[in-house]
Formats: sequence, structure tokens, C-alpha cells
Amino acid sequence: MAAPPGTPALIALSCIKKSYNIGRPSEAEILHGLDLQVAAGEFIALMGPSGSGKSTLLNILGLLERATSGDYRLQGEAVQTLDDAVLTLRRRHTLGFVFQFHHLLPAFSALENVTLPALMGEGRVSSQQRERARSLLDAVGLANAMDKRPGELSGGMQQRVAIARALVLDPPLVLADEPTGNLDTAASNEVFALLRRMHAERGTSFVIVTHDPRLAAHCDRLVELVDGRIARDEAMVQGVEPVPSSLPAPPP
Amino acid sequence: MLRWPGFELRVALRFLREGRMQTVLIVVGVAAGVAVVAYVSALISGLQSNTLAKTLGAQAHITLQVPDDVVTPAALPRPGAAVLSDTQPRAQRLRSVANWQALVPLLERRPNVAGVSPMVSGAGLALRGEAVQSIALMGVDLDRYDRVVGLRSKVVSGVARLEPGEAIIGRELAHDLGVHAGDRFTVQTGGRSESLRTTALVDLGVKDLNRRTVIVPLREAQNLLALPGGATSLDLTLHDVWVAQTMARDLRAQFPYKIESWQENNAQLVAALNAQSVATGIIRGVVLAVVVLGIASVLVVSVVQKRREIGILRAMGATRGQIMRVFLVQGAVVGAVGSLLGLLLAVALIFVFTRFVHGSDGRPLFDIHLLPATALLVALIATVCGVLAAIAPARSAARLDPAQAIRI
Repeated sequence: MAAPPGTPALIALSCIKKSYNIGRPSEAEILHGLDLQVAAGEFIALMGPSGSGKSTLLNILGLLERATSGDYRLQGEAVQTLDDAVLTLRRRHTLGFVFQFHHLLPAFSALENVTLPALMGEGRVSSQQRERARSLLDAVGLANAMDKRPGELSGGMQQRVAIARALVLDPPLVLADEPTGNLDTAASNEVFALLRRMHAERGTSFVIVTHDPRLAAHCDRLVELVDGRIARDEAMVQGVEPVPSSLPAPPP
Repeated sequence: MLRWPGFELRVALRFLREGRMQTVLIVVGVAAGVAVVAYVSALISGLQSNTLAKTLGAQAHITLQVPDDVVTPAALPRPGAAVLSDTQPRAQRLRSVANWQALVPLLERRPNVAGVSPMVSGAGLALRGEAVQSIALMGVDLDRYDRVVGLRSKVVSGVARLEPGEAIIGRELAHDLGVHAGDRFTVQTGGRSESLRTTALVDLGVKDLNRRTVIVPLREAQNLLALPGGATSLDLTLHDVWVAQTMARDLRAQFPYKIESWQENNAQLVAALNAQSVATGIIRGVVLAVVVLGIASVLVVSVVQKRREIGILRAMGATRGQIMRVFLVQGAVVGAVGSLLGLLLAVALIFVFTRFVHGSDGRPLFDIHLLPATALLVALIATVCGVLAAIAPARSAARLDPAQAIRI
């Protein structure tokens, strides 16, 4: 699903460096000049040992942090120089986030969590958007849990709500930080299969940070960070192992 | 572009609902503060207007009299020169305000003047049988005088009426002389005496006044005090008692009379009322400050508790402004709900006060009301205070770095 020629890459990083505690004795450079291109519709696993800079890179990709130097183009737009207000809007419309600890708002029901991005934009949720959120929750297998609070849902279910929320405004790119990190094997297989299905159905690009080589093996491309440098960046050969499949029953 | 803040409202209300205990506590705190402010305001304004009504009910708001007789020096002393002489001050005799008949309509036409009453007053003796009482004799036009001091409402027995040869006297004086309404007694002034029939007894609120007051028709007093056609003073009553001071100043500039406002005649009372107002102001200020600090501290805690949620919302694309407004709305909601409850509480307190606190006569001590305008103002101030209290926490929430907030 490569981008048609002429359209800019979804993500183009060149020589991205990131340091913390600049100017203090504890100054540390975490990323040492990364180059990375992501085309629209890719499904990428981002791996690496703890402290290799995966989360930092994901935060930079997600516009939550700024690189100390280097050039970052998101859909061809140089985002390094944009101010916070514009970055916020880009996050809202271009990116979706799925975090390790679900990070749903506990005071809102599953459906409300999924409609939050729309509420944020318009100040109200149109019936069309509500319908869309419903069908997404339906698609992730939570048709019966829409009005439940996150506290009433299992970890896997919460993560599926988070995936629905990340997709509700149909962003071209979803960033997932260890989305299966604290799920048991069955739930983690389900969530991963769901991500793959959403990718297949919608063509959304995914960048997934994971520690689990078994899941990484089912991504289309693997990027491995070691000590703030890209140590490996290669396409995965598909079909070696069957995609772990305990997908929720597809909607009728 | 202004957009309906549905997101901010929804999230703010959910946050408040989520931290139920905190929310209930702070709303109750705000309600208590608002109740105190509203109740104290109503109480003090009731107390003050009651005191004023009692004081001003029995006296004119502005009095106009003949200037005192003074000894005019033979020659004006040169500036800077000292005069080494001690002149005997002149004895003040009873004189009439010159041309008062022309002055009355002139004063009546001034804005804010509600009534003008001419009066002839002097000293005399009341005699009946063996009883002799010194009295203050006042000759008035009953209708005009009634407008100034509300005499008719102070009648305790008989019917207020002042035909020639009739008198209204104070209750204690009637007791001392042993007269009822309808009985006769004699009034004696420097050389003249007249027999008068009592038509009514009045209670002026002060026993000393009741013991000395004899009110007779204007003409009767003019005869008794040897001031034919004269009036020793003019009493003015105003619609707004607080302009008395400035009006007295204007009148002084215009007329060569001794003109005094009620404030000048009751300087101590005015000082007491002012002190009371300042004290209530301080109480209100302190209570409001406590309310603001309470709301602020609860919101500061809430920002810390909600760090993760704030981070997620920011990552999802909530702007700094939106996060800030989420907390400002919380402050406003706490202030508004708290002030609503507080006003209800104040109304209840006032009801209890008027119901159970009674004066010696069994009637409520004085009227206190929570004026709708006061209530609205208090509620508005409390809500604004809520927003002000939320500013600092809201700013710190908006400044949270989403990447850090999520990591926690």
C-alpha cells in the first residue's frame, strides 16, 4: 500500500536528535540523528531494548515532544517550527494514540470516550459522529459495552475502546506505545489482530512500539532502535507464522 | 470564532462528579461563605435602616433656624492681630425666621424634598392641679408635621387633632399631669397662660421626650410665645436621607440661616453606622478570600490528580485553552452552585431570625430582608470569585507537558 508517486511521505525524519536536561550536568542525548521514512499505509513495529529511545521517538512522531535538532515532516509539512496550538490541531486530526495503560478517561463511558475527539473539535457530537463511534465500537467487538465505564471493562476491552477512539476521526497515522504491554497472551493476540484488521480495512498507517518479537514478526516492517540509533530497518516476510487469530466475531 | 464550549462543560462537570467528595465539601464551603456574606449583609442593612428609621422618624432631615445672635466687634480685627478682650456672649432670644411663609413653597419645590413643616418652639410650664412640669412647647401645622415625623403613627391613645385650644402631649407627661385624652390642662409661658384640651397621647420612642412634649396648633404657640405670625424653625424631610448633608451645604450657601442636616445633629450615630459598614465590609472580604482559597486549593489538588487525564486529552488534541477552560468552568460551577445553596441557607437563617428573635414587645426586633439585587450581586461575586480562584490551577493544568503527564 505504497503512497502514489508524487505525494510526500507520511513521515520523513532526517537527522533527528533529542537531548534532555540541556545545559545541565545531567545532559543526555537520547536520539543521535535518526533518519526514517514512513509511507502512507505502512504497518511498522518499533522495537528495541529499554532506554533505546523508542518512547522518545514515538513522542516526537506524535508531536508530544520536539526534537532538539533535525527535520521532521508530517505529510510534507515541517512541524518542527509549528507552535503548540497548531501541533495540537495536527495531533487531533492527523494522529491517533493508543497507549500501554489504555488511558481512557475513567469518568466517561466507552462511547463517550470514543466521541471525545469529536466533542473536542466541534463542542458537540453530531448524530453522525455518534453513529460512527457506535459502528467502530461494534467493529472492535464492544457493541454491548458502549455505556460501560472503563473501570467495568477488562484490560483487553479497554484497549479496544482506545483503538476505536484513536480511529474515530479517521487519522492517517496511529501511534501505539506497547498496546499489548500489560495484557495476557490471549487478550494481547486479540488486540494485535484487531490492529491488523483495522489496518487492512482502513489503510491507516500504524507505528507500534512493542517488546514482543512474536507480534513484531507479524508487522510489515521492523525498525529496531539501539542506543538512540536505528540498528535495523527491514521489511518482514509475511506468512511465516499465521497471524494469531482470535478475532472477535465480525459484525453481521 | 466563538464555539459552544460543549467539550469544556462536559469534561468539567464529569471531573467534578468524579471527585464527588471534594466537590461536595467545597460546594458546602462556598455555600457557607455565601450564606454568611448574604446573611450579614441583610442583617446589617436591616439593623441600620431600622436604627435610621427610629432616629429619623422622630426628627427632621434638615432643620432651618434663625442664626444665633452674636456680638459684633466694633471693628474687624486686622489679619494677624490678636484681640485681647473677652466679650460676654449674647443671650439667645426667641426670634422668627424672616419671611418663612415665602420660604416654604421655595423649599418645597426643590427636588428630593418630601415635606416642609414650620414650627414655633419654646419653653413653658404645664400645670394641672398641684402638678407643674416644664415642657417644650411646639406649635405646628399637624398635616405638615405629620409628614416630617409621622406623628399620627405614634399616637397611643385618643385621635390626633389640633383645632384651636387643643394639644397633643407625650405619654409620660400625661401620666405626670394625670390627664387622659379629652382632659384639660394649663400651659404657661413668660406671662401668658392658656387652657388646652388634650386630644391624643403620643409615644415618641424616648421617655425624656414624652415627658416634655406638648404639641399645639401653630397659632396657639405663636400667641403663647409672643411671636405673632412667626416660625422659629422649618423642618425638612427628604426622600433620600443620604443627600441631607449636601443639600444642607447647598442651602447654607444660598440662605443666611442656620441650616443643619441630621448627620450633623447625630454625628455619633453616623460614625457608628460607618464603623459598622466598615466592619461588615471586612467580614465580607475575609469570607470571600477564604472562599477563593478553598476553591483554589481543591482545584490545585484536582489538577494533580487529573494529570494523566489532562495528558491524554492534550495528546488527543485538546488545546491548552480548552484545558484551561475546563478548570475555569469547574471554578465557576462550584461558585455558582455554592452561592445558590448559600442564598437558600441565608434565606433560611433570616427566616429563623425573624421568626424566633423578638423584641420586648413581642414583635420581630427589626425587619431583615435579602433583597433580590443583593442576592444576585452576592451570587455573581461568588461565581466570579470561583473563576478567579481557578485561574492559577487552570494555568498549571494548561502548562502540563502531555508527554510527561502520560508517562506517570
